[in-house]
Amino acid sequence: MTRTVIRGALRAGDGARTDLAVEDGRIVADGTVRPDPGNRVIDADGLIVLRGFVDLHTHLREPGGEGAETVLTGSRAAAAGGYTTVHAMPNTDPVADTAGVVEQVAALGREAGYVDVRPIGAVSKGREGKELAELVTMARSRARVTMFSDDGSCVADPLLMRRALEYARIVGGVIAQHAEEPRLTRGAQLHEGSVSAELGLAGWPAVAEEAIIARDVLLAEAAGARLHVCHVSTAGSVELIRWAKARGVHVTAEVTPHHLFLTDEAARGYDPRFKVNPPLRTADDVTALRAGLADGTLDVVATDHAPHPAEAKRSEWQAAANGMVGLETAASVVQAAMVETGLLGWAEVERVMASTPAAIGALPDRGPLVVGARADLLLLDPAARRRISAADLAGRSTNSPYLGLDLPGRVVAVLHRGLATLLDGVLREPAEVAGGAR
Amino acid sequence: MSDHLLSTRGLGRDGGVALLDIAEDMADTQQRQVKKLPTLRGTTVVNLFFEDSTRTRISFEAAAKRLSADVITFSAKGSSVSKGESLQDTAQTLQAMGADGIVLRHPASGAAEVLASSGWTRAAVVNAGDGTHEHPTQALLDAYTIRKRLHGDASRGRDLDGVSVVIVGDVLHSRVARSNVWLLTALGASVRLVAPPTLLPGAIGGWPVESGIDLDAALATAPDVVMMLRVQRERMTEAYFPSSREYAALYGLSADRAARLPESSLVMHPGPMNRGLEIAGEVADSARSTVLEQVENGVAVRMAVLYDVLAGRRGAA
Repeated sequence: MTRTVIRGALRAGDGARTDLAVEDGRIVADGTVRPDPGNRVIDADGLIVLRGFVDLHTHLREPGGEGAETVLTGSRAAAAGGYTTVHAMPNTDPVADTAGVVEQVAALGREAGYVDVRPIGAVSKGREGKELAELVTMARSRARVTMFSDDGSCVADPLLMRRALEYARIVGGVIAQHAEEPRLTRGAQLHEGSVSAELGLAGWPAVAEEAIIARDVLLAEAAGARLHVCHVSTAGSVELIRWAKARGVHVTAEVTPHHLFLTDEAARGYDPRFKVNPPLRTADDVTALRAGLADGTLDVVATDHAPHPAEAKRSEWQAAANGMVGLETAASVVQAAMVETGLLGWAEVERVMASTPAAIGALPDRGPLVVGARADLLLLDPAARRRISAADLAGRSTNSPYLGLDLPGRVVAVLHRGLATLLDGVLREPAEVAGGAR
Repeated sequence: MSDHLLSTRGLGRDGGVALLDIAEDMADTQQRQVKKLPTLRGTTVVNLFFEDSTRTRISFEAAAKRLSADVITFSAKGSSVSKGESLQDTAQTLQAMGADGIVLRHPASGAAEVLASSGWTRAAVVNAGDGTHEHPTQALLDAYTIRKRLHGDASRGRDLDGVSVVIVGDVLHSRVARSNVWLLTALGASVRLVAPPTLLPGAIGGWPVESGIDLDAALATAPDVVMMLRVQRERMTEAYFPSSREYAALYGLSADRAARLPESSLVMHPGPMNRGLEIAGEVADSARSTVLEQVENGVAVRMAVLYDVLAGRRGAA
């Protein structure tokens, strides 16, 4: 493989300038590196270098939902956002609840080559919340599944949740819970509050999330098991997780960019781009989520990238699908919500978007960007500003809530296993990337 | 002139009074032997009803016909819509057929606003009830009825300053209540909502109203108007309240309760009524009841609304 030399990037921690030489998928030199003729040189003047982002919550839609996204198109969206690894949620058709399906998804990811695609296995067969799926078989398959989730649906039955937490201990797996008490959210459309009351949309009360989290941290404690809470959206949830961590419960939690940035006020006008589950909450919730991410109560930012075909969002609010795409814009939204507000520095952004998600996903061979490390990295221009348009979206779907907004920052280049997937802000062609990471 | 009538929120005092005054003119024409006006000749109004509502539909039909509009009724229930045709496809079809106005009744909150802002149709949109959001023409006819009872022939130009209104029942699911809250308060009335805690939205601190759970306490304030909302019996199966008997005992306007009101207090109901549940039959039929006037005034008010959004559009005579 050609040597790639990155010149003059700023390290996130100390802001020191460094060159990095990358060869055969690894960082082979740092400090001052003199490029040789024939090297690919990337001028990183003014750019911050970060470990490649790791998303714990991505919907790639394949198999079954290829009209919205495929493993390839979702991988491209990920690369455009600075990601080098994504965890694919199992709510596909068929559901990723067997070794066969998770191996297929992982293989499609390897073929595409833009990112490592790590399938998440379903907790229950068919995500029906009744019987356990074959967690250990999925974990020991070639896909090496470490996370399990029925995301999109809550594992609502307390007995099944208890058993799943206990059983996943065989492989040291983590159960990622979509916390939503279904009896409290039947027909729910929007956060239950002043906006839903006025718009006449059925409310999704905060307690429906918080009641499940309260239950699950106690179940995890009793089982001595690992729990991960998906897309935390309320101030009360942050408090519960803070309390559980103080007790020593093995719980981790994620927050999405949109819950850090948008509120239920966006639903005025009934534009279904803003319809998502869990719903956008209030400004007080946003403040609590930001504080929780800053103090480590919330461990990671995860996108919940949820592509939908245009017709699924071109309708009245109630008929529209839940979800928004988020991979391409995540870094910009985090910069706006956390960095520009002084709540996080870039080293902490690296922690919540790369190193901690890698640890929760038990990813091997990920570490600081030193000589010998795997070259999963991105270069980001924090001084850039851009008005988000469909041209900034690299996946198959355009259901972004940020279209038309001015956001800071821009991912300029991404290396995945040493291979450039994005250069000068432009994705490389599938043929140039395919299989290259093998 | 407005492009659409989607909600009463934002209509304001002057906008409300203006519409009510046009409705007065329309009502005057309905006293003549020939009730039909040429105003909207050559204009096509589509009644697009995704929900059954015979009363609202025929009221709009009568209003449009008396303005000489061509009226097409599209009852989407049981048509291709139930086979998965979207609001978009239906709207684009109606646009292609040359609809100038669409009167939309839809089970989804916000459907009228989505239709008006979608670009799927250039037609003027009148919201005839969207989910649990708003039902603006109902509120307008309620306001018209109150004003007429209080001021009679001297109604023109007046608002509802100082009028006290108690709205009782399933506020949570009521588009009538929401539209009335915005319109009546904009017109200067004071509004108090009364409902069991299960049927009162939790977060209405920002609404310009008072609210409570005790009907007798509210009636003891001697309100000028008591508006009873229809209660759907299905709510019982969803544990909003245990039985019709208990609901009627706590929140029904019985003859006893009505007798404690000042003689001048009006009793209103948007219909259709559950006699014996939210309102006793004898109260509904009493002199203070405005139920039939509301129906009658509905036609004049809807004529005014159609006139307001359609007159002056291309195609109108």
